Amino acid sequence: MNPLSLIVRTVCNVFAWFMVIFGAYIIVHGHLSPGGGFQGGAVVATFIAFLLVAHGGKRLLGWVKEGLFSAVESTGLLIFLGAGLFGISTTFFYNFLAKKGGLFGSVVPLGSNTGVLNSSGTIALMNLAVGLEVVAGLSLIIVYMFKGIRLELDREEESHDR
Amino acid sequence: MRGWRIFYLLGLMVMCGLFFGALQDIHPFGEPVEPAMDDYFLERAQEERAVNNVVTSIVFDYRGFDTLGEAAVLFTAVTSVVALFRKGGHER
Amino acid sequence: MTGNLPFVVVGLLFAIGMALILFDKNLIKIAIGVSMVEAATNLFLIVLGYRTGGSIPVYTLAGEVKRMVLPTPQALTLTAIVIGVATTALMLSLIMLLYRYYGTLDVREIRRLRG
Repeated sequence: MNPLSLIVRTVCNVFAWFMVIFGAYIIVHGHLSPGGGFQGGAVVATFIAFLLVAHGGKRLLGWVKEGLFSAVESTGLLIFLGAGLFGISTTFFYNFLAKKGGLFGSVVPLGSNTGVLNSSGTIALMNLAVGLEVVAGLSLIIVYMFKGIRLELDREEESHDR
Repeated sequence: MRGWRIFYLLGLMVMCGLFFGALQDIHPFGEPVEPAMDDYFLERAQEERAVNNVVTSIVFDYRGFDTLGEAAVLFTAVTSVVALFRKGGHER
Repeated sequence: MTGNLPFVVVGLLFAIGMALILFDKNLIKIAIGVSMVEAATNLFLIVLGYRTGGSIPVYTLAGEVKRMVLPTPQALTLTAIVIGVATTALMLSLIMLLYRYYGTLDVREIRRLRG
């Protein structure tokens, strides 16, 4: 994939970050508004697709570190599993943080309300963890599928040369 | 080859017939039959788990084990894609 | 019957997807058919949980709500969508590898070249 024109690249440089911010908003407000870790993670992973389309594959592969993505993905899954395991004294996936005060421990008023960000216990924590995992996983899929296409193109060029 | 296609077409038509037969007996759109569990979640999610979004409370709390399997499936799929396209992994 | 129109749409989507899977020879189109069957399943789950006049099951700034849509089918559909994305990515990767080995996407050609 070749880089697109200067106009496309400039617009992408500005607006790709808005996609990241919007996705982060969806992840962080997962327990208050429609959305959550999976959806917000998919939105944030669009960032890599934006960069790939606008800047071309060669430059993108110079920027991304696959090992970092893999580590972030594993970390997200481990935090998710750990948040489930910490409530094991009651039962697996028990919400041990809810309504205890402190981190994510506020009580929400019943019925329609304006939303308390510091509520819902492990649910918010798991949203963040799953968001991390989905971001890194989908980015890895995009990067590696592009690598597969590039390998194919290289092979075709070689066979044409022969 | 041609016989198989006729067989497939027959199976597809039988399946569509079964669908439209089932459509006569299904409950009307907009009136679920057994909403007791969902009403419980809708009433109790706010006081039990202090969360406004009931869908999130089900995904990550009441049925968190499902989500663990889902995250594991996603992880496995990503690992498989990476393994398939590893550099030099599939050159003969 | 007209009140059940969403169920009819589900059946049509499923039938179109199955017809693509059964009768098409192109692997990409078969993958599209599998995705359409997934979409039909997700739509079926969502439609099963709909209540007439219900709002979304979110209490933030909900106003005066009387009825809410069933939340459990929505949660399970969320699970199904993510698993669908994962399997679609894996399916397309395998199709790319098949194309690299055989140089074609036609299932008959692939079967002939292999056997």
